[in-house]
Amino acid sequence: MSDIISLSEMPPGEKGRISAIQGGRGLVRKLDAMGVRIGKEITKVSAQWMKGPVLLRQGNTEVAIGFGMAQQILVEICNNGGEV
Amino acid sequence: MKVLLMGNPNVGKSVVFNRLTGADVIASNYPGTTVEFTQGSMKIEGEKAEVIDVPGTYTLEPTCKAEEIAVDMLKEGDVVINILDSTNLERSLNLTLQLVKKRVPLIIALNLWDETKHTGISIDVKKLEEILGIPCIPTCAITGVGIKQLVEKIKDAKITELEYDDEEKWHEIGNIIDKVQTVTHRHHTFLERLGDASVKPLTGIPIALAVMFLTFKIIRFIGEGLIGYVFEPLFEKLWTPLMLKLSGLMGSTGFFHNLIIGKLIDGEIDYGQSFGLLTTGIFVPIGAVLPYVFAFYVVLSFLEDSGYLPRLAVMVDTVMHKLGIHGLAIIPMLLGFGCNVPGALSTRILETRRERFIAATLLAIAVPCMALQAMVIGLVGEHGAKGLGAVFGTLFVVWIILGIILNRILKGKSLEIFVEIPPYRIPYIRGLVKKIWIRIKWFIKEAVPFVLLGVFIANLLYTLGIIQFIGKFTAPVVTGVFGLPKEAVGALVIGFLRKDVAIGMLVPLGLTLKQLVIASVVLSMYFPCIATFTTLVKELGFTDMLKSAGIMVVSSLIVGGLLNLVL
Repeated sequence: MSDIISLSEMPPGEKGRISAIQGGRGLVRKLDAMGVRIGKEITKVSAQWMKGPVLLRQGNTEVAIGFGMAQQILVEICNNGGEV
Repeated sequence: MKVLLMGNPNVGKSVVFNRLTGADVIASNYPGTTVEFTQGSMKIEGEKAEVIDVPGTYTLEPTCKAEEIAVDMLKEGDVVINILDSTNLERSLNLTLQLVKKRVPLIIALNLWDETKHTGISIDVKKLEEILGIPCIPTCAITGVGIKQLVEKIKDAKITELEYDDEEKWHEIGNIIDKVQTVTHRHHTFLERLGDASVKPLTGIPIALAVMFLTFKIIRFIGEGLIGYVFEPLFEKLWTPLMLKLSGLMGSTGFFHNLIIGKLIDGEIDYGQSFGLLTTGIFVPIGAVLPYVFAFYVVLSFLEDSGYLPRLAVMVDTVMHKLGIHGLAIIPMLLGFGCNVPGALSTRILETRRERFIAATLLAIAVPCMALQAMVIGLVGEHGAKGLGAVFGTLFVVWIILGIILNRILKGKSLEIFVEIPPYRIPYIRGLVKKIWIRIKWFIKEAVPFVLLGVFIANLLYTLGIIQFIGKFTAPVVTGVFGLPKEAVGALVIGFLRKDVAIGMLVPLGLTLKQLVIASVVLSMYFPCIATFTTLVKELGFTDMLKSAGIMVVSSLIVGGLLNLVL
């Protein structure tokens, strides 16, 4: 079993697989260009206080995105302890 | 022939450019260092070729202004050197495959090749060449490895026959990666752990504060040290005796003497008050400002190359949103502390017009450049740290409050931050030295002529009685609102040209500490210097610059007046 939550809710340090990006075309395109897209496994590196930006890692790429964008990215938490 | 350098942001295009052309372009470790294309030339088999350093782009469907420039440039290129980040092959190939569709001759530089080793990545270059049908050369531009081979292969650049369906792009890239790349497991390095620590709130906030504190301390240490041990002795022991001799030869008085040497104060040269071209005109940029400019660029260049700045952007993002700009706007602000011109140029890393307007306006009003700061430190600092605290504290409060107001009254909303965070890198010393040197050269070339012009015009205006004349009309504001003597208007006039000369013009007026604080704040805020002004007109357009200038004048009147009342 796995849970689907938004990236903004995911605790820092956890890994998950992107299951949907609910944002507009612009966001999908920008993320896509950085290699962040549906099916990719990402790690949430950190989140700032007061709905600040979220930092995610995909492969060797780290991207900081706003809290609002993180809310639109849905991830499936990896239950196997995050091993790739 | 036109050769374009294209690739994702922060893969080292500018470093390759410098290697190919021998030019001096600023390169740093954050995406968006190059916001405008830069041209240079090189020889390919004896023939001259034009090389263009194109701003970084993730995709050929532009998402910001710098990317639009990149896509426009593509039409003009005869050959594209596509620079890849070897540690981020998948993402880099995304752009490569888009370039393939444009049917331009391509050659690939697998840059940052050295970093693949400690990231546990190995790439089969031969196989990659085979699949893509394009020559691929591993390079490490910063040390120069592979550049020679790259140059030799430019003539072999070709349009590949590789075909793929747009829908299947990522699938195609996945296939290529599977065939050419193997990744071995490895442990996290110290720099990676430090990278994580500097973006987590609990550790990141103390790190940010420590970096800011150290930045401030180191700049002061280097600046004061250089002045005390190098520049002051140089001027006192070498330049002053020379100038006194020259002064004697010129008869110690008269219009030309006063223009070149300035007025002698009790028979001596006083660099603060003499105001001659060869005395104050040389001392201000070289003796007073240069040491701090140098100190600032040493620290800034190190911070840029380490990769800390985008992390700082993440840490300050929440606060900056209150001002209508996101965290990345910290970069133009930091650059602005050196000189407002590069600061204004780098507002281009912000996506919307609204954000660029707010950032540029706040920069021009409340971010004092190093030239102005150095003079304020010299003049106000004599009265102790309290005066300095009042000047810089006021500017900081203005920055915050004005930002909040602009965010409220301007239509629209600011975007959220979206930025790639590069890995920490140990700055490459030779690269660092070169970059500091480029900036010092630029400062001397830009500042010295304008300072001399400023001193020249100031002399002229005083001799012809123009300052005294203007002073009569402006007295209600200068004296009535700001509480300054009416001669201080001279500084406001020259401030259009150079802020450091303007502060220097306050020296002979014998102002009180309160007046010095007000004059320093007003001079920082009321209008940008001419170099910044022309840059802002270019960046914002004439109408927006007019609006911005209106805000500057009004806010300096309010703040200067308030200070006069409360201090």
